[in-house]
Amino acid sequence: MGSLKNKHLIGLEHTPAKDIQKLIDTGFTFREVLDRPIKKVPSLTGKNIVNLFFENSTRTRISFELAEKRLSADVTNFSASASSVSKGEGLKDTVQNIHAMKMDCAVMRHPVPGSCLQLSKFVDAVVINAGDGTHEHPTQALLDMMSIKEKFGKLKGLNIAIIGDILHSRVALSNIYGLQKMGAKVTLCGPPHLIPRGIHKLGVSVNSDIDEVIEWADALNVLRIQRERMGVGIIPSVREYRDFFGITQERLDAHKKEIVIMHPGPMNRGVEIDSSVADGDQAIILDQVLNGVAIRMSILYLLLGPDEGEVG
Amino acid sequence: MGKTDNLIILENGVIYDPYKNKKKAGSILIVDGIVKEVGKVTGSDNARKIDCTGKLIVPGLIDIHAHFREPGREDKETLATGAMAAFSGGFTRVCVMPNTNPPLDSPEAIRFIIEKSSGLPVHILPIGSITIGQKGQELSEVGEMVKAGAVAISDDGLPVQNGQVLRNALEYAQKYGIPVINHAEDIHLRNDGVMNESSLSTQLGLPGNPDISESVMVHRDLEIADYTGGKIHIPHVSTKRSVDLIRKYKKIGVNVTAEVTPHHIGLTEDKLTEYDTHTKVAPPLRSELDRKALIKGLIEGSINCIATDHAPHTIEEKEMDFIHSPCGMIGLESAFGLSHTVLTEAGASTEQVVQWFTKGPADIMGWNIIPFQIGEPAEIAIIDSKIRWTFKKSHIQSKSKNSPMIGMKFTGKVDGIISDKNTCGNLLD
Repeated sequence: MGSLKNKHLIGLEHTPAKDIQKLIDTGFTFREVLDRPIKKVPSLTGKNIVNLFFENSTRTRISFELAEKRLSADVTNFSASASSVSKGEGLKDTVQNIHAMKMDCAVMRHPVPGSCLQLSKFVDAVVINAGDGTHEHPTQALLDMMSIKEKFGKLKGLNIAIIGDILHSRVALSNIYGLQKMGAKVTLCGPPHLIPRGIHKLGVSVNSDIDEVIEWADALNVLRIQRERMGVGIIPSVREYRDFFGITQERLDAHKKEIVIMHPGPMNRGVEIDSSVADGDQAIILDQVLNGVAIRMSILYLLLGPDEGEVG
Repeated sequence: MGKTDNLIILENGVIYDPYKNKKKAGSILIVDGIVKEVGKVTGSDNARKIDCTGKLIVPGLIDIHAHFREPGREDKETLATGAMAAFSGGFTRVCVMPNTNPPLDSPEAIRFIIEKSSGLPVHILPIGSITIGQKGQELSEVGEMVKAGAVAISDDGLPVQNGQVLRNALEYAQKYGIPVINHAEDIHLRNDGVMNESSLSTQLGLPGNPDISESVMVHRDLEIADYTGGKIHIPHVSTKRSVDLIRKYKKIGVNVTAEVTPHHIGLTEDKLTEYDTHTKVAPPLRSELDRKALIKGLIEGSINCIATDHAPHTIEEKEMDFIHSPCGMIGLESAFGLSHTVLTEAGASTEQVVQWFTKGPADIMGWNIIPFQIGEPAEIAIIDSKIRWTFKKSHIQSKSKNSPMIGMKFTGKVDGIISDKNTCGNLLD
């Protein structure tokens, strides 16, 4: 332990660039492990990790679980009912239970911003934020950055656009913090009323013209449009969203340029992204999934593993 | 709280009457809780002498906006515990809001408060609801409530969204000479906001409540007040936009008054970075720009008084996460210290601060108060304007302890208070 500045991974806002670099570099080391015939290393043997999911997130949970198991940790899964969260119950009892069970690490997904910070204040265990509402989702941003690095060999100087409903996104903030710390430029593109107030103070540009953004960008990180925002007066229709913000095959073809397409998943094919784009050569969406396991191994290893020594 | 000795002399203080803005050096003799002599005291050898050298002797403070939770949530506060919180903070008169369970929407409910609070060291003056059940639809029996002792009407935290209902209330209430207090908030613009909308809410990932949710409603209410000639009072003003509107409408002679809370002039949204639920309040703590505008508004007279919006909540409720925990903080015990600190730093005098806690609220309610009257029950606070102190949990008399002010350093304090036969404070215990 102690190879990173912070004991927990709550967000990238307070993670220094050199730690982000280290997490990504170590991610590539584990990526090699994942290409081996036997994909398991003994680094976290004897460590107890609990995955606390206060809302559904199949991908993130499976990715963490896989990373934990491949590091030989002992894994416990806990899912809370949506109703207990909606009543505001649970967090304090959770804190006390983790304390009592002497867990080494808690990975938490919770719909309420700030909940991971609160948890980290009251437990001895290392806390990893697997998404706290619309606040941060640092492991997603790290896997996104690792995937960009894999594709381009660098992050510095790249132009990265985040497309979609930034206001309700759980991944936008962490990406903004991380990418800018690593020297990339970030532009946000989406319906203007779904761009959060004062976001420019974080140093990003905002442009609602998707074609201008495509011309500018080296990579597009396409966010999922929540279907529940459609038809309730926030996003007028699928047709209109696709027309003005959709990453369609026609639109990309018209630009005649190399551009990398990312998506944190799960995708609404035919809404924010065309199937042919998602499955095309430019997309690195499945690399993101694989890198997700590697980067989570890296995070767990650097926060919980031995101080020195080689990756098994 | 202790019983007074039969004879008390407050000696060698400066007696300040904020209602007439007059002060003079002197002493006060109180016999069995009744003011007997003011100025020169002929004295009595067996009297208990309280040295008030260097201190200001003022009338008891008034808070026109508190929540004592009785009936219905006596686990948070009762009339008795709320009265003790007020008393220890220097207050002798408190108006309580009608958002109880059931709400104070009938003369019976008003009488319950008045009867239940008789004998407490603080005068508790109930505010009736504008509409039945605070539902914003049908007018309550305003006249009967006023007859029973209600001093104003308000639906408290539930803003009257229907403009016609507010118009009716503003016209009807004129007959009874009471102010209509409307929590100014467009609930659609508030949306699901839990803090001030700003770059900070974006960074914290918390849903924002924009300043326009308040100012849009303030503007509507001022227009209706202008049209009807009704007496509108705007509670807990939190934004610069609202202050600008109030200033403008006061200039054209609209019958508007406004209050500001100690926490909105003393704290900003920057207090929220650790997601401390004690800082969650409605309206939310705003920006530094807003805070400065509120102070300016008080000093220039756009805002008439300070009121606490004392809002007790249980530990269990405040232990919930930031989204789900309820809005509100207690404030009676810290009100004078925090306000005096902030406002004297901004250039106001101690006397002005006292006015914002006495003359300001009394004028809003239309009360004609003549302090220090011989033969009348004492309602007196003793203020040490120089003392530096730290606000601690042990200063809290309220049943609830939900204050983000714990640990803050203040300049100026209510050092003692006498109300009728009750006394409280450093000087008197």
